[in-house]
Amino acid sequence: MDKFTKLTGIAAPMPLVNIDTDMIIPKQFLKTIARTGLGKNLFDEMRYTQDGAEIPGFVLNQPAYRKAEILVAGDNFGCGSSREHAPWALLDFGIRAVISTSYADIFYNNCFKNGILPIVLPADQVAILMDDAKKGANARVTIDLESQTVTTSDGQSFPFEVDSHRKHCLLNGLDDIGLTLEKASAIDSFEKKAATLRPWV
Amino acid sequence: MPAPRTLYDKIWDDHVADQAADGTCLLYIDRHLVHEVTSPQAFEGLRMTGRKVRAPEKTIAVPDHNVPTTLDRANAATMTEDSRIQVEALDKNARDFGVNYYPVSDVRQGIVHIVGPEQGWTLPGMTVVCGDSHTATHGAFGALAHGIGTSEVEHVLATQTLIQKKSKNMKVEITGSLRPGVTAKDITLSVIGATGTAGGTGYVIEYCGQAIRELSMEGRMTVCNMAIEGGARAGIIAPDEKTFAYCLGRPHAPKGAQWEAAVAYWKTLYTDEGAHFDKVLTLKAEDIAPVVTWGTSPEDVLPITGVVPSPSQFEPGKAEAVQRSLDYMGLTPGQKLTDIAIDTVFIGSCTNGRIEDLRAAAAVLKGKKIKAGMRAMVVPGSGLVRAQAEEEGLAQIFLDAGFEWRLAGCSMCLAMNPDQLSPGERCAATSNRNFEGRQGRGGRTHLLSPAMAAAAAITGHLTDIRQMMPEHA
Repeated sequence: MDKFTKLTGIAAPMPLVNIDTDMIIPKQFLKTIARTGLGKNLFDEMRYTQDGAEIPGFVLNQPAYRKAEILVAGDNFGCGSSREHAPWALLDFGIRAVISTSYADIFYNNCFKNGILPIVLPADQVAILMDDAKKGANARVTIDLESQTVTTSDGQSFPFEVDSHRKHCLLNGLDDIGLTLEKASAIDSFEKKAATLRPWV
Repeated sequence: MPAPRTLYDKIWDDHVADQAADGTCLLYIDRHLVHEVTSPQAFEGLRMTGRKVRAPEKTIAVPDHNVPTTLDRANAATMTEDSRIQVEALDKNARDFGVNYYPVSDVRQGIVHIVGPEQGWTLPGMTVVCGDSHTATHGAFGALAHGIGTSEVEHVLATQTLIQKKSKNMKVEITGSLRPGVTAKDITLSVIGATGTAGGTGYVIEYCGQAIRELSMEGRMTVCNMAIEGGARAGIIAPDEKTFAYCLGRPHAPKGAQWEAAVAYWKTLYTDEGAHFDKVLTLKAEDIAPVVTWGTSPEDVLPITGVVPSPSQFEPGKAEAVQRSLDYMGLTPGQKLTDIAIDTVFIGSCTNGRIEDLRAAAAVLKGKKIKAGMRAMVVPGSGLVRAQAEEEGLAQIFLDAGFEWRLAGCSMCLAMNPDQLSPGERCAATSNRNFEGRQGRGGRTHLLSPAMAAAAAITGHLTDIRQMMPEHA
């Protein structure tokens, strides 16, 4: 997993609420056995016509946002299915951070496993960042994970919360499985105890 | 005296294998269910790092999302190449890593959330995970069950644990008894209508109250299945005699002295008097009507007697989403829901693909025909549900009415297999999501109960099931 430390980039505005994982990556693209290559189908049904032509009005098709690295999104982003293809598609497109008032639980977890930072801010601050994002490619938003701040293009800065374990893993690009396997003896002793208490499991 | 605990607290406490200073826990996982879509990258990760599956005996795999449900599916040509590659990858991974497996050719194959309980893998007090958001279904047994992403699938395969922080407790109580024609599906949709799709975010919901106690295990699974549509991490119902009776004698349920020991433990799995809930929602069962969804979010729920709402009735952020929904769904504010004409009826899915669901639909269809030109299909949740429905004569009722009688799988719930809607096609579906494009690009989905789906198949439009019921004494 790539580290996430500090990012200054173009933010694309997607004010729609309840953007679900079927919108982020429709099911016909889940038939892959790889993690990469999904970026071209990110938001497929909003981004392309049935014939595969780009829909010019869609934000990521507009020249200013083709290289966006941040999404500013409406409430409850990523609701629906558990498909990790959603963060894989975002990452493959080049999105490294999302800013919203709220996320669906599984999507939120999945982001951290892939080096994407989902930032939660209050509605009034998301609204300011949404307006900032609407200015286009010249308005660069800065996200500093170490200091836990988001800064608009005109220098307004907002602090955000992030779980300390997740922050540590993102800053260092750490793999969870390796960390957990260091605790193998705790898992062994739990299994021994559980085998006595609940032998039918 | 120890502090009173909720059911969720108790299961959580019994599965913490390690706790870090910041409260992050390693939660031990008792059952890991695996299907073909969200697992290939996880098994590949194990291969690349030379890791094994830590507990293959607690890992159960079954292909369901991609598999065709037509009778000729043994013929590989019925599957697209990419679907076939995914199913073959699961065949190989199950074999190479030695996990329990129900291949497509096995009569026990079906939707993972129907197979788990049916085979007795899911039991009260367990932790159950799967790379699928509808894992919440298993909460009906008093198990802590939730969906995970593929990275977490790999984590559970390698370590049999998950890195977790505890969620908050939410209580959803349904008091009193349901009125005739109202089902578990109407309960769960009505709860989402009341909380919104993010109302449960950060919580584990315990469903309780008389109406929940009166539901069968099948009905309880329907309720818990859609906990995720309300944003909750999991839904859970305390086990009782109905739960134990369902589990007794299942192939992987404990037997003899172990059964007695298990039941004794299961009887301790309830929320203590005075335990704290961070959020409470109470609905009266008698206020719940048969409902349908009109929009493209499961929170867009109304009683069948209602009319299509106007965007102006909603808050600014949601109003735009409602306008987009109405455009997508091809509906006009003020239109009566019962005037909405239907092209296709889909009965099945992990929400409503169990035997009781098929009985409810067949009871409405018996001796009747579906409307001319209607496309209607029943996709049983498992091969065993299908066999039972044939034995009970339900299959013949569906066939006589004009339904297609399919083999088991996820099918048109998410349309990863050939069962899809065409653009503009309108479907009455017993499944769980009405998102844009969910059942096929441009397809329009109305979620409802199996009996309501059967009624719509007969009349050709959304229908109040109560109008078709014999008078109740």
